[in-house]
Order: sequence, then C-alpha cells, then structure tokens
Amino acid sequence: MSKTMTREASKDFVRDAHGEILPIIENFYSYCAEGKLMGIKCVGCGQIMCPPRAICRNCLSDKYEWVELKERGKLVTYTIIYFPPTQFQLLAPYAVGISKLDDGPHLPGMIKNVKLEEITIGMPLRVDYETVIPKDWPRWARYFFKPA
Amino acid sequence: MSPIASIVSAGISKFGVREGLYSRELFSEAAKEAFDNCPNLDPRRDVKALFVGMMSESYEHQAHVAPLFLDWIGLLPKPAFRTEGACASSSVAMRTALFSIASGAYDVVIVGGVEKMTHVSMTGVTEILAMASDFPFEQWHGISFPGIFGMMAVDHMHRYGTTEEQLAKVAVKNHDHGALNPKAHFQKRITVDEVLSSKPVAWPLKLYDCCPRSDGASCLILTSPRIAKKFTDTPVNIIGSGQAQDTLSLFERDNFSTMKAARLAAKQAYDQAGITPADVDVAEVHDCFTIAEILAYEELGFCKTGEGGKLIDEGQTHLGGKIPVNTSGGLKAKGHPVGATGTAQAHEIYLQLTNQAGKRQVANADFGLTENVGGSASTGVVHIYQRGD
Repeated sequence: MSKTMTREASKDFVRDAHGEILPIIENFYSYCAEGKLMGIKCVGCGQIMCPPRAICRNCLSDKYEWVELKERGKLVTYTIIYFPPTQFQLLAPYAVGISKLDDGPHLPGMIKNVKLEEITIGMPLRVDYETVIPKDWPRWARYFFKPA
Repeated sequence: MSPIASIVSAGISKFGVREGLYSRELFSEAAKEAFDNCPNLDPRRDVKALFVGMMSESYEHQAHVAPLFLDWIGLLPKPAFRTEGACASSSVAMRTALFSIASGAYDVVIVGGVEKMTHVSMTGVTEILAMASDFPFEQWHGISFPGIFGMMAVDHMHRYGTTEEQLAKVAVKNHDHGALNPKAHFQKRITVDEVLSSKPVAWPLKLYDCCPRSDGASCLILTSPRIAKKFTDTPVNIIGSGQAQDTLSLFERDNFSTMKAARLAAKQAYDQAGITPADVDVAEVHDCFTIAEILAYEELGFCKTGEGGKLIDEGQTHLGGKIPVNTSGGLKAKGHPVGATGTAQAHEIYLQLTNQAGKRQVANADFGLTENVGGSASTGVVHIYQRGD
C-alpha cells in the first residue's frame, strides 16, 4: 500500500487569489477525500452542477457557490463490466451505473455492497467514499454508490 | 440540391489483422487503389491537399501523421491536415475537406482515415479507446467503452422493451452482409444463438455485440462538382453534410437512449440535401456495438423513437429490405479501424451508387447516407450522397 495515503494526509484545496475554493474537479475530489459530495450552484441562474465547472452550462455565468449535495439518488441505468481496463481487473465482474441525485445532477460510478443480480433500475443509492487516495496524479479519492 | 463536392474515386485496404503493416502502409494501400481506379487523375498534378482522420497516437507511438501519410502516397509538399474525432475522425476529415472545396481553396483533394490496432492487446486497445471517454468521471470509475454503450442498451431495454435477441439480430445481419464483402474483417455468418452465448463484455453486450479491433485504411478522391466529369463518368455527389456535438461524458445527458448529436447532424444533412429518410436507398451507420445501430435507426428517422428493435425484427434493414443498412458488414463484420471508419462508410456508399458493390449491390439505389459517431456520440456526422451520372 505504499502508493496510497490516508485522508489525514490529503492535500489542500486549490484556491483563487482571495482564498476562495475554485470550482474545479480537483477540489470536487478533495471534498470527496473529506467524505463530502459537493457541487456548485450558479449564482446567475441557480443551476446545480456536479461535477463543478468554471462556466455555467445553462447561463454561462462564472459566479458560483459551493453547495453540499444530499448523498441520495436513484439508479437510472447501469451495466456489469466483465472485461475491464487493467487497473480494475481484480474487481471484475463489477457494476457501474448512473445515479440521478435527489438534488438533480446525474453522477456515474461503481455500485458496491450489492449482489449484481439484485441491481434494478430505480433502486435508491447512497454515495460513499473510498478512504485511500493515490499518491501519484491523479490524487482523487473515489466515491462510489451502495444501496441506500 | 446543388452538390457540395463529388467523389470521383475511392480506395480501401483489406480490413482485418494486417500483421506487420503499419498505418502508413495501410494508408498507401487505400490511396493506391483510389489512384488506380481513376486513370484520368494525375495525383501529383491534380490533388491539392490531404485530409486524414486518425484517432490515437498511442497504438504506434506515432504522432504528426499528416505529413507522413502525404509523403508515403507521393504527394509532398502539398498541405496535409489531420483531424481527430474519436471513431468519427475521418468523417470530420471529410467535412473539413468539403469546406476546402466549397470555399474554392482546392478543387481536388484526397480524404481518408486509418488506424493500426491489432498489434496491441485487447486490454491495451480497451484502454486506448477509453481515452475518448471522460477521464475523471468515466475512466476513473472503471467505466469502459463497452460499459458506456452497455448503459445505453440497458436504458433502451428498460424504456422501450428492446431485447437481447434484437441486439443480436443486428450482429447477425451485419455478418450476413460482411460475408459478401471481400474486404471485410469477418466474412463469416453467425447465428443469434452464437451471439447470445458469446462471452459477456458489458451486460447486456456480449462479445458478438461488439465490433472487433481491426487494421485498415480508406480514402476518397473529392473534387469540385463542376470538374468531376473530367475524372469519371460516374461520380457520386455529396449533397448534404451535418455535424453536431454532445457532452463527452454520457452521464451529463438527460436521456441515455438517444444520440442527439447524430439526430441533429442528420437533420442538417437532410435539410441541405432536400430529401427525407424515406428517400434513402442504402445507409452505412455506426454499429460499434449493436445497440448503436438500433439507436441510429431511430435518430436517422428510419423508424420512430423506441422502435429500432422492431425494425430489425422486420428484416427491413437486411439486404433486400426496404432500407438496407451496413451492406459492407458495418463496423461489426467489416471491422472498425477507428480512424478509417468514416471514409470507409463513404467508400461503401460510393460502390453502391456506382453499381460496383458486387454480390451486396442494392438495386436502383439513387440516394445513400452515412452516419458516424465519435465516442458515446459526443461527435455525430451524417453525409448524404446521390448518384451523379
């Protein structure tokens, strides 16, 4: 496990000149390392975006505020991966899917703590977080879904 | 409908496992065929530029391929352009080439595409293809490309009742057609049972729902319509061209049973050509996975939304049906050397509209269509063709 580090050793957020946490993917994952699912709310139109973006996909505003999202959602679609990319080979077969979060956005991820044959569209899911963070880029703490 | 440009010749390499041949050699094979098929063309005198689509430098550890391919087909020092649009790379090259002709910059160009894949392991290819999906939210969570189309298939099955048997029938049809194409990777028929019992890749997609990894190249000689007859008595005119984009990642869309980029590209192309889906006599569509062909039927207007499964059940897209689709064998049987696919689709339509398609010839075809998507249909390109003789 030399290639991983614990949450306590996770790195700082990337901030602007005023110390504000920038609405970027790196910071989204830094929040995940703290066990928080964060998105941004556009100050211009109220659109909630997860992952965060610098420019609102709805009104093109760059004014934002971070909002903590509810970790609940429902499974919209999924698949079972039998032939995975190299680094996931030990996990196969595994399920991945897209959850529609109660706050609106879709989020994709792995579905864990469930028997593959018990996965159904519409099932309630909860977001949880891995506790280890890779040492090298990208140092992103993965979130995943589990049955609520 | 005044044509945008005319195809006066076309060439394609044999698709498949081309051991020891790399992209420059495959591209040379396709270009030589296109040159040889057009005796009135003096490539060095007439061809003004090269446009080429290739997806990835990773397969051969080779970037900056536009001057390389240009040199290997003997056309130095003309300008050469390379485009990348994942699996739609050479369709984007085609559009770039069309713009160059429509603007008056060039009157004759060569446009093509190539990919060399089979020297890389299946796992390696899976990873290189995955680069066309979103890294931080798809690749990072173990979502492979078959996985993305698997999620689209599950959505379509849940929403419309599409079945695994209907998906399998797409593969069976395209293998039927591929068996008639001497350039196809697979020239062997398969059965629904063989598809259904093949190894699972990303449920509900099984190995035979997925296109193979292939080596190959394809190209077209395009001219301004006003000079096409100098080169051939039987040109094929491109009368509609459309392109649209969608989010790179699947999850950021509202509906996973659509390919909006393909639908919007088709609308542009139909409007420009002044024809409707009912006018199309033969089509080549993007069947990287069987579900993608079902979705293409719906987005191109060959059937209503949700009825793609029914259309394949009715056999209407088989040779002899109302609208034969993928007479070449499609990506599934002809093969999908990623960058080569767009112009390979155009190559098949060129053969069909010039009565050169041999055993898979569609009788009396006047209008053809190609639909090529990149990634999870983040890029969609549609072209419409008409006999020019």
